[in-house]
Amino acid sequence: MNLKTPALPTVAAVPPRRRRRYPPLNALIGGSLLAALVLLALLGVVWTPYDPLKLDLLSRLHAPNAVHWLGTDEFGRDVFSRLIIGARTSLWISLLSVSVAVICGTLIGMLAGYLRGWTDRVLMMLNDALLAFPGILMALGIMAIVGASQYGIVLALGIAYTPSVVRVVRGSVLSLRELEFIEASRVIGNSELYTMFRHITPNCLAPLCVLATSMFGWALLSESALSFLGLGVPPPAATWGSMLSASRTYISTAPWLGIFPGIFISLTLLAINLFGDALRDRLDPRMRK
Amino acid sequence: MAVPTLLLISVIVFALIRLIPGDPALLMLGDMADPQSLADMRSSLGLDHSVVTQYLIWIKSVLSGDLGVSISSRQPVLELLLERFSVSATVVLVAVLLATLLAVPVGLLAAWKQNSAMDLGLVATATLLLSVPSFWLGLLLLYVFGIQLGWLPVIGYVGFATDPMKALTYVVLPIITLTLVEFGAIARMARASTIEVLRLEYIAHARAKGLSEGAVLCRHALRNAFAPTWTLIGLILGNLLGGIAVLETVFTLPGIGRLMVDAIFSRDYPVLQGCLLLVTCIYVLVNLLVDLLYPLFDPRVKL
Amino acid sequence: MSAPVPLLAVENLQIRVGVDGPLAVDDFSFTMAPGEIVALVGESGSGKTMAARAAIGLLPAPMQVCGGRIIFQGQALDSSNAKAMREVRGARIGMVFQEPMVSLNPALTIGRQMSEALKLHTTLDAATIRERCIAMLQRIGIKDAEKCLASYPHQFSGGMRQRIMLASVMLLRPALLIADEPTTALDCLAQLDVIELMLELTREQGTAILFISHDLSLVARYAHKVVVMRSGKAVEQGRIEDILFAPKAEYTRQLLEALPRRGELVPVPAADSALLQVRDVCIEHPGPRSFWGRSVPKRVVHSVNLSIAPGETLALVGGSGSGKTTLGRAVVGLVNPCAGAILFQGVDILKAANRAHRLQCQMIFQDPYSSLDPRMTVGQILAEPLRHEPALTAAQKRQRVTDTLVDVGLPEQFRERFAHQLSGGQRQRVAIGRALVRRPKLVIADEPISALDMTIQKQILELFERLQRQYGFACLFISHDLSAVERIAHRVAVMNQGEVVEMGPRDTIFDAPQHPYTRRLLAAASPLEKRADGSYRLRASVI
Repeated sequence: MNLKTPALPTVAAVPPRRRRRYPPLNALIGGSLLAALVLLALLGVVWTPYDPLKLDLLSRLHAPNAVHWLGTDEFGRDVFSRLIIGARTSLWISLLSVSVAVICGTLIGMLAGYLRGWTDRVLMMLNDALLAFPGILMALGIMAIVGASQYGIVLALGIAYTPSVVRVVRGSVLSLRELEFIEASRVIGNSELYTMFRHITPNCLAPLCVLATSMFGWALLSESALSFLGLGVPPPAATWGSMLSASRTYISTAPWLGIFPGIFISLTLLAINLFGDALRDRLDPRMRK
Repeated sequence: MAVPTLLLISVIVFALIRLIPGDPALLMLGDMADPQSLADMRSSLGLDHSVVTQYLIWIKSVLSGDLGVSISSRQPVLELLLERFSVSATVVLVAVLLATLLAVPVGLLAAWKQNSAMDLGLVATATLLLSVPSFWLGLLLLYVFGIQLGWLPVIGYVGFATDPMKALTYVVLPIITLTLVEFGAIARMARASTIEVLRLEYIAHARAKGLSEGAVLCRHALRNAFAPTWTLIGLILGNLLGGIAVLETVFTLPGIGRLMVDAIFSRDYPVLQGCLLLVTCIYVLVNLLVDLLYPLFDPRVKL
Repeated sequence: MSAPVPLLAVENLQIRVGVDGPLAVDDFSFTMAPGEIVALVGESGSGKTMAARAAIGLLPAPMQVCGGRIIFQGQALDSSNAKAMREVRGARIGMVFQEPMVSLNPALTIGRQMSEALKLHTTLDAATIRERCIAMLQRIGIKDAEKCLASYPHQFSGGMRQRIMLASVMLLRPALLIADEPTTALDCLAQLDVIELMLELTREQGTAILFISHDLSLVARYAHKVVVMRSGKAVEQGRIEDILFAPKAEYTRQLLEALPRRGELVPVPAADSALLQVRDVCIEHPGPRSFWGRSVPKRVVHSVNLSIAPGETLALVGGSGSGKTTLGRAVVGLVNPCAGAILFQGVDILKAANRAHRLQCQMIFQDPYSSLDPRMTVGQILAEPLRHEPALTAAQKRQRVTDTLVDVGLPEQFRERFAHQLSGGQRQRVAIGRALVRRPKLVIADEPISALDMTIQKQILELFERLQRQYGFACLFISHDLSAVERIAHRVAVMNQGEVVEMGPRDTIFDAPQHPYTRRLLAAASPLEKRADGSYRLRASVI
């Protein structure tokens, strides 16, 4: 028998049959909105229409006009310039805190899922206790210790969101361990550690991405809330939350001061939510038929 | 499982306050304390003993209901907490109840008519509402109804015990704000889980029996689809209690969130400690209650 | 002779996916008489389920009837008239579903679900409905019927749920019962129970059955008429005797050819010592764990003895929960026995550094959908076992992967594909390739074909046999499918509740089974047999 020719007819290469997909509208809107906001924040690094910190007491509380597109605040600072600067601060803080949470959480979650047994149980008990603090409450508590500063927020939010990451990562590690391709890797003779990094870690990425996206939204919202409460980045630096907070005094005379930062926060959150939905639809195996 | 969690929480809260740089006795009494009472406080906190003993002393007094005295108002912390908590709890509970009653049926209908114009409209509205920060929505509502239309008071608060009708005018805007914001989250969840349930074979089985669509939805889909939403509601309740400070700031409500933020600003650590402990314990208990009631919606889950 | 009015007539039915999608069912017609059992057979994607669901107006979302008529008891069913359809559903046409685990509502008691349809379609009062439910439950052999009514579905086993569902549908005495693969998810003994019960109940009430199945033997045994379907069209239809026993259409013949049958075995080389010996092995599963980590173990394998000679295939058969899979997993070292010894080439795999054993002993898993890492290409998957072959150079490894692709009949360009781009059969080929790429001496195959379509099953079995001839590996073949076992096993071990109840050469086990459990298993299978003249018949039961 000729070993090079299979006795059976070779299976025809069936092209993966895919139903015509409508363009995911949420990904389109969310993605482009997010891209625009990031571009705006990057733009703020090199250029803003006016100096966002420059006081101009002659042009206080101007309504939106041709000179100051979105008006000026109580110190005569250009609202649009401050919003651009604020975009940079808010997005940067959110990104950093999510990174802190994802890195710490993934390490702890992997460790718990890999070692199992006692380590896992102790880690999980601690984690559940930390999860019992509503995220923003935890952040408030930590802010009380480290004091209000940009990196204080990053630390506070990072720590506050770590337990959720731990939970998701450990959960997917544990459920992946039950799958047959993990057993197959063991049967091949791969070590547990190799299996962990070659097979389990890459397959944890999908749920982690989905979580990180929605956490980015939470972090942004929490950062704005903390700044709104006066516990965020200290003045005169501009963040959307602190601008909103300052606007309260002038709400009846200068409503634009409150309206525009709010629109920016909402748009960013909307972009993240839409993008996150699209990501979930794409990555969730139940959705992918 | 609730007891070990509560114990761990108390350890974490204790540790958080002890991590604040400075002399704990000074933190507990404030900068104005005289040397004698400082010395008394040091011995009552057990500062010359080990950290473990200090924790035990503290937890013993917590369990006996003694959370210390507020530095700024000199009121017992427990009394202050309960008074403020009742305000926040009313707003949050009513809002979440309203949001659930509105969002679950709407989510169910949207899932039933998946991809219809109504469904798309609902998803868009819910996502939009989910993306609006509550404090901004609150400010907008305050601007429209309080300032432009002048229908509702802009600032201040009157307790329900004093004048129920007047109190209502103060809480109605915060409640509407929260209801709108949470409506988004709950409706999306209800829709997603209903879609999941409607794909299952027992729904086809119910239809094969000849049941009307109404009966299929209400009797067979609703209960199963509500289970995940129920868990979400528990989480929302806790998160709202933790994050209500911003809303209370907008509407100048004397709730627990505002109390905590003020405590941070005025370095009133006994109050801060009490707030953290109370809100977290409530959160744990709410979630315990949610878990206990969960088998009502899914009898497969046993405790 | 004028034909009697048919119970159900489907005329030129067309079902489309969406408004402008492809046709799922095309120009499909058949009729059935009252009380008749008609089977729709075909492979997955043949449209058999869609055709049956159209009759009751329950097509899943994107599917739509776009042509043809369905006439039930002389009256055309109009699926757009929702009210009229609802009156027919349940009352005159009942339906039983495939997955007993998800076809009863987990949140409602059995009582509520059973009485629901009676309440809707009859004017009986609550007490009478309850009485009828209890009588029916007793009829299907449930002792404590009162308690059953108050219970929830999750408190019953799969077979029991299927019986309960059958009971609740038959309570209404429908004229037609649509049974969509009602036993596929059950193990072979429970399968027989449910089928027999279904036949008894329908016979009593004169109900006709539209039986959807992929199992030709089952259809040949129980149905009167059969419609063979392929890609949405009827290939041929008629009485069982005319179609399954004397097939005319090419496709029907292919399907029947795909049934495994006893044939010539791969020769076993003479050897003085056993390759694998399993001695008094007991295995425990950890029970539910309490908070402090205490658990009460549950013993699933009791003191089993086996041996496999080099190049030999030993089949391990038994129902679900018999411990056969656990034993197989112990042989590759995925679970550790709590007592006894497993010797591979004379060395205890637990005591010796089991690396050598690992390299010589490979496993093929049941579910080709979860046994391949979704983030790796076929080439990477096949190359991975070679990591542990330091003697091979990179070029040799690459060559080995290429050879393996040829071996398992996959074209070279599949090297760069991901698992989700492959069909079930192709995935299983990759899994076989992965197991064989290191040329092991022993392969554990855990239900390797049970998740596949009939014609694919045949291809995989043939592939497996060819490779065994080529490389001479021994195999522990774990299966509940007796006909596949009959095709390739040299020896058979029958397991029941963790014990090997009978073991012997293939022909002895199949022709002269000794143990009552083995007999029951064989009686439940009773396959179609090809006769010398090319026609088929059901093999007579051995009991």
